[in-house]
Amino acid sequence: MSRRAREIDVVVIGGGPAGLAAAASAAAAGANVVLVDRNPQLGGILNQCIHDGFGLHAFGELLTGPEFAARSIESALQAGVEMHSDTLVAELTPKRELICTSTGTRYGLRASSVVLAMGCRERTRGMLRIPGERPAGVYTAGTAQWLTNMANVRVGRRILVLGSGDIGLIMARRLTWEGADVVGVVELLPYASGLPRNITQCLEDYDIPLHLSHSVLCIHGRDRLEGVTVCRFDEQRRPIPGTAFDVACDTLLLSVGLIPENEISRRAGVKLDRTTSGAYVDDRYMTNVPGIFSCGNVLHIHDLADWAAEEGSRAGRSAAAHALGRAAAVDLEQVRVEPGAGIRYVVPQTAARAARDLLLSFRVTEPDDHRTAEVLADGRVLAAQSLRHAHPATMVQMPIQCAGGFDAARLEVRLL
Amino acid sequence: MTQKRMTCILCPNGCDLDVAYHGEPSGQTLFVQGNLCPKGERYALEELLHPKRTLTTSILVRGGAQPQTSVKTAAAIPRETLHRARDALRAIAIDAPVEIGDIVARDIAATGVDVVVTRRVRRTDGVR
Repeated sequence: MSRRAREIDVVVIGGGPAGLAAAASAAAAGANVVLVDRNPQLGGILNQCIHDGFGLHAFGELLTGPEFAARSIESALQAGVEMHSDTLVAELTPKRELICTSTGTRYGLRASSVVLAMGCRERTRGMLRIPGERPAGVYTAGTAQWLTNMANVRVGRRILVLGSGDIGLIMARRLTWEGADVVGVVELLPYASGLPRNITQCLEDYDIPLHLSHSVLCIHGRDRLEGVTVCRFDEQRRPIPGTAFDVACDTLLLSVGLIPENEISRRAGVKLDRTTSGAYVDDRYMTNVPGIFSCGNVLHIHDLADWAAEEGSRAGRSAAAHALGRAAAVDLEQVRVEPGAGIRYVVPQTAARAARDLLLSFRVTEPDDHRTAEVLADGRVLAAQSLRHAHPATMVQMPIQCAGGFDAARLEVRLL
Repeated sequence: MTQKRMTCILCPNGCDLDVAYHGEPSGQTLFVQGNLCPKGERYALEELLHPKRTLTTSILVRGGAQPQTSVKTAAAIPRETLHRARDALRAIAIDAPVEIGDIVARDIAATGVDVVVTRRVRRTDGVR
């Protein structure tokens, strides 16, 4: 690392909802903050999410994605954040030294704290291993969204959506408004993975059929997609013989899952959780590498930008406290926070024994009605929340306040 | 007694509403359960009588750093007017620069609702 590396209190990598909120809160706490983003425009994926439904938690009003982005950028600027857009972090070391590259320049930064907020990317056709040629017309839903909303490119005329993630549902409606014929959404699982409100306003409003327990077996066409073979799948996710049918379409959108983008984190020595594909963090959102924090979709996939931003604010405050030497001098004793019966994962994965203000984010394994989520501290109930509809597609957040710290050797979240 | 289930779309909570009414639905006859906030009741009545949606789409921008900007109806409009509103907006192109909140169409599809810009687009030469 060059001796000329600039010393910064907090460097935030990624300028989406989580990174912008982290930068704003770190700066508001008195840190000098640089935010680095590889895109020319800050705001991350919000810029192409032109639909509304953002901002109720973060700003108290209903906003579209670009409006949410503009507000977040404004807050970060007001707080004094220095923005480096169009800049790629080529390297991050465990000692929090960064090499940044931008058109014609390359420079080093040395940070007291780093906040990882790189977001996620979409699963692709290659990852699904769908057989067939490689014709044009197969897009991830987010790519189709970028082409439609940012580049003014028409993606197709007759469209099938594979996977019922929210972006796929939003695009089914968007492309209907653009005059395309959206022939259906197929979902491998016996339940939809998008938010219930998006099933209503994106599919039911336009009589777009949702085929649950179905998936695409193979795709047809050589230069351009001509159609796909769809088939019913059983509960073990095996195709059921005799149920295959062909669907004519020139476009297939994939909305089949998101993967945290952790390449930089891994190289910096950050340990990842196999279930979330994000970092292991403590209740300050600090990873196993001292001074490196993580938040938003790079930590675990969120349903709502508002919650990614809330997590970013918390991570930013912790990062500032660490950089300014306000964090506890000795490492607070950390205990495990574990998913129990019916819970797929919990973030954070550890918490300080003396923590007084905890926010637990978790997902259930199966959809079910009228359940209760319980947080146990060494077997004693610390908090409980009734879930009218427990659903893997809906992240649950439980804030926990314990005046004197919860003081237990182990926390567990379970579903009753 | 008529009974229906619907999902409130006003916010990401997406409350499942159990709706019941005698005869014609009205503020007096409607009984709603499952809503986390009072908006759920208003939503249920409106959804039964006259469903409304916010249109969010794009329009062309001339001379901008991006070829288009995003727009929304400033309020929800009757669901059956969505396509007409979309078609009317297809004919519109505006000149850069555009700012959030700029009005690009008034009284879209005779709904009484304006359409406003939701994303800033600078001019190609960088001028705001």
